[in-house]
Amino acid sequence: MMPDVSIDHDTLSPDGATSTTASGAPVQTRAARLRAFWSDFCRAPVAVVSLIVIILLAVVSFGAPWVSPQDPYDMASLDWMDAFLKPGSVGAGGYTHWLGTDNVGRDMLSAIFYGLRTSFVIGLSAGVLALALGICVGLSAAYFGGRLESLLMRIIDLQLSMPAILLALVLVAMMGQGVGQIILALVVAQYAYFARTTHGAATVERGKDYIEAARSTPLPARRVVFRHLLPNVLPPLIVVATVQVASAIALEATLSFLGVGLPLTEPSLGSLISNGFKYIHTDRTWLSIYPGVFLMITVVAINLVGDQVRHVLDPRNQR
Amino acid sequence: MLGYFVQRLAQAVVVVFAMSIIVFVGVYAIGNPIDVLIDPGATQEIRAKLIAQYGLDQPLWRQYLTFLVNVAQGDMGTSMVYNIPVVDLVFSRLPATLELVFVSVVIATGIGIPAGLYAGYRPDSYGAKAIMALSVLGFSVPTFWIGMLLIMTFAVNLGVLPSGGRGDLGTVLGIDTSLATLDGWSHVIMPALNLSLFKMGLMIRLTRAGMVEAMRTDYVKFARAQGLTDRQIVFSHVLRNISIPIVTVFGLELGSTLAFAVVTESVFTWPGVGKLIIDSILQLDRPVMVTYLVMVVILFVLINLTVDLVYARLDPRVRLKGGA
Repeated sequence: MMPDVSIDHDTLSPDGATSTTASGAPVQTRAARLRAFWSDFCRAPVAVVSLIVIILLAVVSFGAPWVSPQDPYDMASLDWMDAFLKPGSVGAGGYTHWLGTDNVGRDMLSAIFYGLRTSFVIGLSAGVLALALGICVGLSAAYFGGRLESLLMRIIDLQLSMPAILLALVLVAMMGQGVGQIILALVVAQYAYFARTTHGAATVERGKDYIEAARSTPLPARRVVFRHLLPNVLPPLIVVATVQVASAIALEATLSFLGVGLPLTEPSLGSLISNGFKYIHTDRTWLSIYPGVFLMITVVAINLVGDQVRHVLDPRNQR
Repeated sequence: MLGYFVQRLAQAVVVVFAMSIIVFVGVYAIGNPIDVLIDPGATQEIRAKLIAQYGLDQPLWRQYLTFLVNVAQGDMGTSMVYNIPVVDLVFSRLPATLELVFVSVVIATGIGIPAGLYAGYRPDSYGAKAIMALSVLGFSVPTFWIGMLLIMTFAVNLGVLPSGGRGDLGTVLGIDTSLATLDGWSHVIMPALNLSLFKMGLMIRLTRAGMVEAMRTDYVKFARAQGLTDRQIVFSHVLRNISIPIVTVFGLELGSTLAFAVVTESVFTWPGVGKLIIDSILQLDRPVMVTYLVMVVILFVLINLTVDLVYARLDPRVRLKGGA
């Protein structure tokens, strides 16, 4: 094990608190840059509203057991007499079903909160795991180069030419239904986007002087890659990550809708919509419309936030 | 160039073989199809006979070899559900999918490119902002839900369009197609619109980006100085220059439109290949799954190969770097 020589990370990395840029201008501290980022982000009111919406949705979904009027998966609390109540009617429980009830008398609002939680859990876990895997693949390709790089990037190019929905569909078909299987399928289907972005940014960075400098020291490769290279390829990855979380949520909903995702006993927004789709030719449209509206709001809000983050991080738009 | 061509072709063949093994093993890992096919009360003899008939008692590598030998003879196996050769089954469904994809591509370009041109020409107008907002929706809102809303609006509430199926078929040049009858068109228009939305969003963004970039260039300034009208500049100069990336992405996206047809066909019960693959996944119809997946792999490898070769033809740096 190579001893860590006493080279201050900050003097090598261009984003350190004490270093200066090539032009000699002082570099902002981390906190100041965060503040600048935040004030740039707030220039688009749509993005701020979207962020608030996402936070609200996250609160009601992760707080579902406390905020929803009913536990929709406790069969004992369901009443068959309540089946297919119209939105706004009062059921046997004595409270108003604002979004109506489904075929077994389940309160739709509660079902949507719980479903949203499943969707968030799947979207976030798939996004984070795909990010980690993509970073590892992309960084090793860029850092080690040579045959490994061409092999890895070939595989990734081929995978990217295939639509994620098809890949995820096949994987879920192979592995069977369940939350774990869906997350795994989404990770395999999506890591390539992160790997591609990481590799692109890292190939630009690896030619720069500070990486050369870090490599000329006896620091182990692991440390150079994770402490010096990684922080500088993170910004574009944040943008990809937001978009991929939204797309993971949409993909999961699509898979569940097609009947290969989650069963209705383990509901997500997709399986709720799928259940409502059976009643599309009746006037019970609330069964599919409301979960769909929540799905749409979630996905669009995440995408709008991602768009604004991309806009702020784009060097061409920097003041 | 020839060396590069041979190298890429060899790579493509290796990829197809590797993928066919992965697909075969992966599909084999799914459940036991015999349990789905026969009634649970069937005797052991019937069961054993069926297993032997489908070759399921053989070791996996032998099953794969048998599969390869049969493929070489143009035999992809027999569907366990429909009991007809898979090749016939897939080809009987292919025209429906192709005609859906065709109409949706026409809609996507017919609306997407003019909308993108306008949004790039007047980027700050309200019209342009509305177009961009719509393209974000087309990108991010899941296809199946938009399809459902279309059905609710036009089929259930207004009752003007049918909610599913392919409608009456007419014959054009010996091919049965919905596009030959009015009833067929009324069936195809809604799924095609649904399928086109994602692509349309992409077209709008590409065209707009190209247009914004092009309007700042010198050749546009000189064309203006010559006294050409904006209409002439856009249609005879700008459009020609920005069409190359649009056509490239267009070609690449054809494959993914075919794949996305899986979702649209399920929503609108369109009897194409996409509906077939979903049904066969749900019914564990292995030969159909393997055939479809291998066909998709070949399709995407071919698209990739074509793009690489065309680029190599256009840009010598690619083949100098890649072809050792």
